[in-house]
Amino acid sequence: MVVDVMPKPEILDPQGKAVTGALARLGFAGISVRQGKRFELDVIGEITEDRLAEVHRAAETLLANTVIETFNVRVEEAPEASEEDDQAESAEQTELATQAG
Amino acid sequence: MDPSVGPRIGVVTFPGSLDDQDALRAIRLCGGQPVPLWHGDDTLDDVRAVILPGGFSYGDYLRCGAISRFAPVMTEVIKAAHDGMPVLGICNGFQILCEAHLLPGALIRNDVRVFVCKDQDLRVESVDTTWTSDFTQGQGITLVLKSGEGGYVADEETLRRLEGEGQVIFRYVNGNPNGSFNDIAGICNERGNVVGLMPHPEHNVDSLTGPTQDGRAIFSSVINFLAARV
Repeated sequence: MVVDVMPKPEILDPQGKAVTGALARLGFAGISVRQGKRFELDVIGEITEDRLAEVHRAAETLLANTVIETFNVRVEEAPEASEEDDQAESAEQTELATQAG
Repeated sequence: MDPSVGPRIGVVTFPGSLDDQDALRAIRLCGGQPVPLWHGDDTLDDVRAVILPGGFSYGDYLRCGAISRFAPVMTEVIKAAHDGMPVLGICNGFQILCEAHLLPGALIRNDVRVFVCKDQDLRVESVDTTWTSDFTQGQGITLVLKSGEGGYVADEETLRRLEGEGQVIFRYVNGNPNGSFNDIAGICNERGNVVGLMPHPEHNVDSLTGPTQDGRAIFSSVINFLAARV
């Protein structure tokens, strides 16, 4: 499972600003960056609604500070190694969970 | 005041705390009885006030204070704070108090994107707290500020409430060093027993090592408050 955490839009993102400035100096014009965090969670066992809710609680309790950040929980399968899947999306994503914060 | 009879004031050492020894020393110099506490403790050792010191507890991994907030000793600190015990968070301690929701808002990376280390001018905005009663209202003081993530942020409603209820207790003057909303350097909870500030009063208690001794009033405030309650 993946938990993405982003600073809320109204919160200043000094890291993103620094990256934005560096990109501009390197000639990558017109790109504005906001920087967040991605957590990859190896969850043992079947992912049920209860399990999903638990991960949601974990994200809300520790992974994100909802005063300044929003988070998003989703189930993401590991990419298949077979060549037939190359044309497909590298990761099959199932949007199951909610946006919070 | 004889340190052996002064009120017992605890200082929590987390892995990565830096200023715990200075805080213990400041308590002693100001007439209290310093009591070292460990992050893994599940007791507060009969202290009557607690200080969460500066530093980089748990390496500041994830977010500053995010992991320390769940240290075993914090269960007791949070319980005691709700019961009215004086609790002070300095710098990293302030971040921990915000993460623990004992104080509203959060601290983010300085807008200037560099670590700031300077003697910072402040104005005392409230003397109605356990930790600031020995100051005078509006007093100008100078304390060491040394932090990379000292930008205080909160939503508009929280800021309005803090300003309206007199919960902003220290404000930066002569320039905002880190982008804190409303130049906020320190706040307290509604009850006034929990205080957090980014500058370091424990570094300003001795003429040998600091340009001012303005930090002493923080420690004497709580010591006098506790002495009066015996």
